[in-house]
Amino acid sequence: MTAATEFMPVIGLEVHAQLTTRSKMFCSCRADYAGASPNSHTCPICSGMPGALPAVNARAIEMGILTALALNCRIPEASRFDRKNYSYPDLPKGYQITQYAEPIGEDGWIEFTLDGVTHRAGIVRVHLEEDTGKSTHVSAPGGDVTLVDYNRSGVPLMEIVSAPDLDSPDAARAYFAALRQILMYLGVNDGNLQEGSLRADVNVSLRSAEGEIGTKVEIKNLNSFRAVQRALEYEIDRQRRALDSGERLQQETRGWSETEEVTFSQRSKEFAHDYRYFPEPDLPPLRVSQETVDEVRHSMPELPATRERRFVEEYALSPYQAGVLTSERETGDFYERAVRAGTRVPPATIANWVTGDLMRLVNESGKSLAQSAITPGTLESLLTMIGSGEISGAAGKQVLVRMFADGGEPQTIVDELGLRQVSGRDDIETLVDRVIADNEKLVATYRGGKGNAIQALVGRVMGASRGRANPQVARQILEERLGPPGS
Amino acid sequence: MDLHYASAHELATLLTARELSAEELARATLERIEHLDRNLAAFLTVTADRALADARRADEMIARGQGGPLTGIPIALKDILSTEGLPTTCGSRILENYVPRYTGTVAARLAAVGTVLVGKTNMDEFAMGSSNENSGFGPVRNPWDLNRVPGGSSGGSAAAVAAGETTLAIGTDTGGSIRQPASFTGVVGLKPTYGRVSRYGLVAFASSLDQIGPLTRSVWDAAAVLEVIAGHDPLDSTSLDETVPAYTDLLERPVNGLRLGVPIEYFQEGMDAGVERQVRAAIDIFRGLGADIREVSLPHTPEALSTYYVISPAEAMANLARYDGVRYGIRAPADDIWSTFKETREVGLGAEVKRRILLGTYVLSAGYYDAYYLQAQKVRTLVRRDFDNAFAEVDALLAPTTPTTAFRLGERTSDPLQMYLSDVYTVPANMAGICGVSVPAGLTDGRPVGLQILGPPLAEEVILSLAHNFEQATDFSRLHPQLETEVAS
Amino acid sequence: MSVSRDTVEHIARLAYIGLGTEEIERLATELSGVLEHIDRLRRVDTTGVEPTSGAVPNVNVLRPDQPGPSWPSDDAVANAARHTPDLFEVPGVLD
Repeated sequence: MTAATEFMPVIGLEVHAQLTTRSKMFCSCRADYAGASPNSHTCPICSGMPGALPAVNARAIEMGILTALALNCRIPEASRFDRKNYSYPDLPKGYQITQYAEPIGEDGWIEFTLDGVTHRAGIVRVHLEEDTGKSTHVSAPGGDVTLVDYNRSGVPLMEIVSAPDLDSPDAARAYFAALRQILMYLGVNDGNLQEGSLRADVNVSLRSAEGEIGTKVEIKNLNSFRAVQRALEYEIDRQRRALDSGERLQQETRGWSETEEVTFSQRSKEFAHDYRYFPEPDLPPLRVSQETVDEVRHSMPELPATRERRFVEEYALSPYQAGVLTSERETGDFYERAVRAGTRVPPATIANWVTGDLMRLVNESGKSLAQSAITPGTLESLLTMIGSGEISGAAGKQVLVRMFADGGEPQTIVDELGLRQVSGRDDIETLVDRVIADNEKLVATYRGGKGNAIQALVGRVMGASRGRANPQVARQILEERLGPPGS
Repeated sequence: MDLHYASAHELATLLTARELSAEELARATLERIEHLDRNLAAFLTVTADRALADARRADEMIARGQGGPLTGIPIALKDILSTEGLPTTCGSRILENYVPRYTGTVAARLAAVGTVLVGKTNMDEFAMGSSNENSGFGPVRNPWDLNRVPGGSSGGSAAAVAAGETTLAIGTDTGGSIRQPASFTGVVGLKPTYGRVSRYGLVAFASSLDQIGPLTRSVWDAAAVLEVIAGHDPLDSTSLDETVPAYTDLLERPVNGLRLGVPIEYFQEGMDAGVERQVRAAIDIFRGLGADIREVSLPHTPEALSTYYVISPAEAMANLARYDGVRYGIRAPADDIWSTFKETREVGLGAEVKRRILLGTYVLSAGYYDAYYLQAQKVRTLVRRDFDNAFAEVDALLAPTTPTTAFRLGERTSDPLQMYLSDVYTVPANMAGICGVSVPAGLTDGRPVGLQILGPPLAEEVILSLAHNFEQATDFSRLHPQLETEVAS
Repeated sequence: MSVSRDTVEHIARLAYIGLGTEEIERLATELSGVLEHIDRLRRVDTTGVEPTSGAVPNVNVLRPDQPGPSWPSDDAVANAARHTPDLFEVPGVLD
């Protein structure tokens, strides 16, 4: 008999992503309901009034096709909507319009990296459906009540189902992160797990050494990466312990408690759902032509993995830097525009500045690149000035901070702050001679053999010039005056 | 002229000539409803204030020279059409207190041309029934014989027109619910091609079968109403994006040379002898008008009824799931949400509706989908093909609307299957999505018989012109029930 | 095709319709009768026949992604048995 630790996890993820359309899936209410007062973003259609009918959002279909293509899915020509029948207060029609039999995309795959190794997971299907309303359960003295808000009802939802190809909580997390990144690159989802615009359900079972797969348990509505990982870790452990003690596992749906860090059983009805799916009679079928697929494919942006590889090759960047630059589409877009803004700054230099100082400013300020006042053009001009010695690197950092916060051209800011570097030999020679005269001890240390002492002397020159001396030139002249160390 | 039995066409002449005002006409109509309806129960809500307001507006439109063929004409809407601010019960206790906050497309189009809304009519609950005995608010009586049914589910609309309580009425037809009551009450009833008229605002029973249509005293009136209500609606994805012909201009098209089919399967045993006699006489009239009459076969006619009783309950099950007490309608007291759902539906829904919801649940439940629902949709394709094949040979079909005349109240309520079988001639047109009209074809035993004319999709102008020619060649549309006598006794 | 009491109870549960004992009995008989009639469908040869996928020839009926006005929350809750004030209120959900 296999020891429980020899059971390997078999994990699949079902991700629900709210689409960034302007209107809802089947009506023209605004899809963005954040901060709206209850039931103020509804209409007869999304609140299930008698006699109302759905009408499909064209952009949602486009986004579905786009996502399916990005996930290497096949786009069948025939696609349609179905009714999924069940009762719950947040489901206004008593059925959800979804895609069961003919989803928009099937049989794809996605790659993700874990500890430097690239893995591939299968995508079983991508389909479109409508979100439900929100129920809040409230304990009241007269009895518990449920309050229902239909603002979210009808918001377009895309469901992405993975094959059970993930074999560890880390892999599940990495898969989810890679998927999220693609969805954000495509602009179809805002990646916000906290607010629930991106949600994950996981299913996990254990496979014995002989290859037998055990009972599958589903854990629903995990709203952070940490929750995905921790819930899986807990559940795998729970299942192993159960098998060890000979306990039979139930095929069930469980929830995850953040506070207690456990999964718990959720049994809302005594019997399993029978969804009685049938084709949605109010919506004619979709015929997705090859032209449409080609058009959508044409509009696809460069995806993260491809861009990362290209940055390494084209710009001779390290994988780490390429990774930082491509973690969000906006960063990579900014970087490339800066590279293409001129010819005098090496791409590697621009990469250093973007991944270093600029990213630090983004993190500290809480403002994204787009929200900041700096542009790829002004960054490139700044770096050109540093490269030509017009200003020192240190001065450059100052200018960067200003441009990030207030915008403006680097030339103007340099003039305003008086940061122009002094590089003329005559000026610097005068300074160097003075510094040598005033710093006998340091000079002696240098002459005594300590080559590093020259740094301090350069520093003195910088101080004397209030930072404006060109440190390379200063060092050169010092070396000329003093000769090599130890002489 | 007796205003109460005048057609809209006749009334329009009077209104335009200012010999009659819309307000006078409205008052007379409301008075008649008040006088008669306690015996008929055709109306669930009489909208007197609205009618007078509509009438005044209509008179203004006419004075400005902006009146159309239906401006100022009284109309009643089956209580399954959503009307803002006016109760819309669908004949069900579960919606007895429901007052919509939006108006559906058809109701809006009719209001926009200046019709005068006199009330919402009684109906079989959620349009499920063939006798109007399934209403949560009591049955409707046939003006021709108060002990008999008017037919259903648009029994209220049909009775109201037949009794002169309104000039025009709107009904809905899912398995015959306009044509069959039209036949039982001696009025004209049209089921348009599926998709010809928008369903936005029509409380759904069976989404792939429901259609809205007129019940009127003349074919011209039905054509005029169709012109107003037909046409594409972006709010209904199943509505057809096809131009709407000026149906009233096409009514005079001659019958001579048209090929008319008589489906042999519609003349089997079980049909009342008197009904058969009237229908065959009607066919002779068309022969006399120069039509080429020939027999055709629609071999899947018996199975069509079975497909109807699989597909319509399945769609109804889903369409009625929303009546759970949460958002509108009555709510039974209970301690938790699941009990609320169960109790509300237990007390709010009638026996026929429950029966059909359960039937629908059964045919869609795990393990039965392929054998019932999927198979029914395949047989439906065969039913459609039967009509396509027939229409390749003929321009329209002539048939009885129903096997019998109006039956007695209570006669068929103990056996649902008996009730379902009376839909046998009307259901196939819904399954195939084609158009059909029932036009009065005389009386037998003092009760109306309907002639059904079926046409291919979007061929309303063909069936309406045939019906119009028939109407002109006969006197049947002028026959009225002797109501005052009945009421007095 | 006969429908048992258990089946009626099961489908009534799925459909959220509470039924009394008498009703269950009656419905079992009635539904059995109807299903027997419907069963003739099974005998029709539908080899190679496509199910009717839509009652109209429409395909790809799509609406542009244009947001429009919603109705006021007053309209949404106007017909609710209980609402507080702009949320629908129902007895608690037992999970």
